[in-house]
Amino acid sequence: MRRNPRDTEESNRTLNRRTLMLGGAMGAMVAVLGARMRYLQVDQADEFKLLAEENRINIRLIPPVRGLIQDRNGKVIAGSEQNYRVVITREAAGDVELVLRRLATIIPMTAEELQSSVEEVNALSAFVPVTVAERLSWDDFSKVAINAPALPGVVPEVGQSRRYPLDTDFAHVVGYVGPVSEKDLEGLENPDPLLKIPKFQIGKIGVEKWMEDTLRGEAGTKRIEVNSAGRVMRELERQEGDPGTDIRLTIDADLQNFAQVRLGTESAAVVVIDVTNGDIVCCASAPSFDPNLFVRGISHTDYKALMDNDHRPLANKTVSGAYPPGSTFKMVTALAALEAGVIDTNHTVYCPGYLEFGGRRFHCHSRGGHGRVGLTESLAKSCDVFYYDVAQKVGIDKMAEMGRKLGLGQKFDIPMSAITEGIMPNKQWKLERHKQDWRIGDTINASIGQGYVLTSPLQLAVMTARIASGRAVAPRLVRMVNDKEMPVPDAVPLEVPPEYLAAVRNGMYEVVNGEHGTAKSSRIVEPTMVMAGKTGTSQVRNISKAERDAGVISNEDLPWNRRDHALFVGFAPYDAPRYAVAVVVEHGGGGSTAAAPIARDVILRALSEGLPSLDAYPSSQRGRIETMLKELPLRDPVTGQPPVMTET
Amino acid sequence: MSFLEHRVKFAPTGIRKILYMNWPLVLLVTAVASVGFLMLYSIAGGNIETWARPQMERFGVGLVLMFIVAMIPIWFWRSMSGVAYIVAFLLLIVVEFFGTVGMGAQRWIDLGFIRLQPSEMMKFTLVMLLAVYYDWLDPKLVSRPLYVLIPVLMIVSPTVLVLMQPNLGTSLMLLLAGATVMFVAGVSLWYFGAVLALGVSAVVGVFTLRGTPWQFLHDYQYKRIDTFLDPAAAPLGAGYNIMQAKIALGSGGWSGKGFMQGTQSRLNFLPEKHTDFIFTTLAEEFGFVGAFSLLALYALIIGFCLVAAWQNRDRFSSLLIIGVAANFFFYIAVNLSMVMGMAPVVGVPLPLLSYGGSAMMVLLVGFGLVQSAHVHRPR
Repeated sequence: MRRNPRDTEESNRTLNRRTLMLGGAMGAMVAVLGARMRYLQVDQADEFKLLAEENRINIRLIPPVRGLIQDRNGKVIAGSEQNYRVVITREAAGDVELVLRRLATIIPMTAEELQSSVEEVNALSAFVPVTVAERLSWDDFSKVAINAPALPGVVPEVGQSRRYPLDTDFAHVVGYVGPVSEKDLEGLENPDPLLKIPKFQIGKIGVEKWMEDTLRGEAGTKRIEVNSAGRVMRELERQEGDPGTDIRLTIDADLQNFAQVRLGTESAAVVVIDVTNGDIVCCASAPSFDPNLFVRGISHTDYKALMDNDHRPLANKTVSGAYPPGSTFKMVTALAALEAGVIDTNHTVYCPGYLEFGGRRFHCHSRGGHGRVGLTESLAKSCDVFYYDVAQKVGIDKMAEMGRKLGLGQKFDIPMSAITEGIMPNKQWKLERHKQDWRIGDTINASIGQGYVLTSPLQLAVMTARIASGRAVAPRLVRMVNDKEMPVPDAVPLEVPPEYLAAVRNGMYEVVNGEHGTAKSSRIVEPTMVMAGKTGTSQVRNISKAERDAGVISNEDLPWNRRDHALFVGFAPYDAPRYAVAVVVEHGGGGSTAAAPIARDVILRALSEGLPSLDAYPSSQRGRIETMLKELPLRDPVTGQPPVMTET
Repeated sequence: MSFLEHRVKFAPTGIRKILYMNWPLVLLVTAVASVGFLMLYSIAGGNIETWARPQMERFGVGLVLMFIVAMIPIWFWRSMSGVAYIVAFLLLIVVEFFGTVGMGAQRWIDLGFIRLQPSEMMKFTLVMLLAVYYDWLDPKLVSRPLYVLIPVLMIVSPTVLVLMQPNLGTSLMLLLAGATVMFVAGVSLWYFGAVLALGVSAVVGVFTLRGTPWQFLHDYQYKRIDTFLDPAAAPLGAGYNIMQAKIALGSGGWSGKGFMQGTQSRLNFLPEKHTDFIFTTLAEEFGFVGAFSLLALYALIIGFCLVAAWQNRDRFSSLLIIGVAANFFFYIAVNLSMVMGMAPVVGVPLPLLSYGGSAMMVLLVGFGLVQSAHVHRPR
């Protein structure tokens, strides 16, 4: 087909015109693209550069090394140990299961651990290192390092983890650390970014918790370059943080160990306070537990065993336990009466074995009665009727006032968990708490530390220290922070006339050293260490009429949890008081038999270098005491390890 | 004896044809491809084996193909147009039933030695058939409805097949390139106006029918449109790609961060950085200067094509060259609009730069056709 050339020319012109239009349109589009480039790359360049930097740079925190907790002489109670661990990275390992199987042949690893590690590694990104074994021995750790060629992707690492070398001795005082929980973060206005680090450990209870800010330190930072998947490419900058501050407690670790061991399997607590400055030199609660279990993550069975134990190992009985003080409260009643002027130091009361009041009989522990007793005798023999009588005269409000003056019914500011305030009741308290008027019977019960009165062993120790020194001694738990001595709180003289205190102290002397003293078998014969004190036996049950008719049932015949609590408070040396001690043995029976011997041993240990000398004990007891002391499973003073128990 | 054959006696013959090729075009194409090799080398972190070498090998093969296609007289290619179109069309139907779907988009037939992508083949065979059609058609009749309907069917049938694959990007390219050939061939502007109006109502339809059983697009396609409209709404989700691409471009600034210094691409923040988003790495490492230079090179290639079409007095050749150039242009325009956040993300590679064998080969064959038309033009 041949076309008319004119048609061809015409169509060519159209074609060229349209081509031109097309070229123009394309040019316009290119101009738009160029303008867009200019807008993004020139006009907005700075903004996007910033965004690119934000993409690229990540700031990571470097966890600081936690401060040490030491005893008063620098012995480490809580420290950081090298944690030898093994991590595996999937991308470097290739076949994770094969590599872990090989690893399991050289380090201890159970089949379940292996399986859960495989699952964890496979669940995370290929480059994320996963810890497969922790707290390896140096031998196992070296084995991993030596076998590295056969274990691709496995890296032995050294980290820091909290370690309590004196484990059970300080479990209650120092507490333990654990991973940050949601609950820990609650109520924190502006939480330290460190807390957001996975598995970062903070103090959960005890000194570890209450001194957390001091111990934790400041995080360092490192600026690292990361890729889109979060993989660290390189470190750009590093700024070291400040390690946590070391703390020295007032507690003497050797004394603490002695006390802990001496309490043995009893459910008991002992507190020793330095009368001169308020230092808590011993604060033991038994039975105890190993805080290291909690750092590692306690197993369900272990935890259940601790929870199910009726001796409550997790409770810190020294500050959390609230016990009726029993006869150890009699000093308060006596001092209140003396100060109120209702009696003088020569006051006597006739004790027929009971006091009749409002048609009700309040019994003395001595059925036959003590006859006529004065203040000194009333303490030494622990006559109840004397105090029934005196308390009626002085009234509960004056007694409560004296109790507070001596440190009862109040919370001391020390860094420990679950500190109880106890109860130092008065008329108003009962009205508020029970919506009832105070009755005279309540006063009579309170006069011998029963009824509503509740105290903790720490409070009893403070009370004793105040009676012994005549000053308002306040307990102190932290001796040094960062090697700087903490101020000793001012111990102002008690507003109690010294002669009254002397009279009470004299009574306490007779309790231990007098011929009829209830604790005379726990006396100290070494003249420079003479102890004074007061026994207490507090009822935990109401004695029914039927029981009373059947006669007194001895403690041994009762189930453990219904037996009386045994208490003892004391101080030594008598003429120049140094230490005050308080012992509570839950359901231990009588204060003179269960609590006083412990108090004597512990206070002697506090006054001696090393184990107490046998010369301090009455000669008739030395053989028994020697055996007892020898069998105490004390820690080796050098290694800090308890002795290996050999079955016989 | 056609007009073309009549005038061709002045055309060069034998090996001398090489001298008559459009050499600036060859050099420009090679230059742009070389920029691509450089970028692929950089993106692989300085490793030539990952992407750069295979890409260079393919380019070499493609260049040889281009020369071979260029040496063969254009009237041979013209006579093959119908056959090629039918073959490509049939293959499109075949892949619809027997093809393999990869990445939720491309469909191919694995022949063992090569993966055949009929949609790629269709790109230029469609342009060729349209050129043949308008060469055959009396220019006075181009705007008659019947003669408009025929090329529209030629374009729409393969487009629908590709869309069903589903491959939104390539079907869009077919549509635009076909429409461009029709436009240049002289079809009345009223038609284009009408189609534009229809397009607008279609867009409205797409959005109003969303969520109903009659919705046109896949959910992921809707999501891409959402993402385009507001990338910051999902900075870590679907909007991530666009946001990161813009950050890469913007942070490149005036002169860029330097070769192999792009933090965005180095640290893997960029998506598809060796394929669809390769431009972002270039823009990040060479800045506005580099990015704009590339745009200028592209513009020059298109410019040389348009001039070649203008000079060519053979209607088939002109239309063919314009078809190839338009195809090339639309790929560039859509890809750049996409990475610069001006268009939704539709999987369209950047010609000559993006890693990928068959697209590169097909494009070079297309340029071979342009060269053939140029060498064998009537003089």
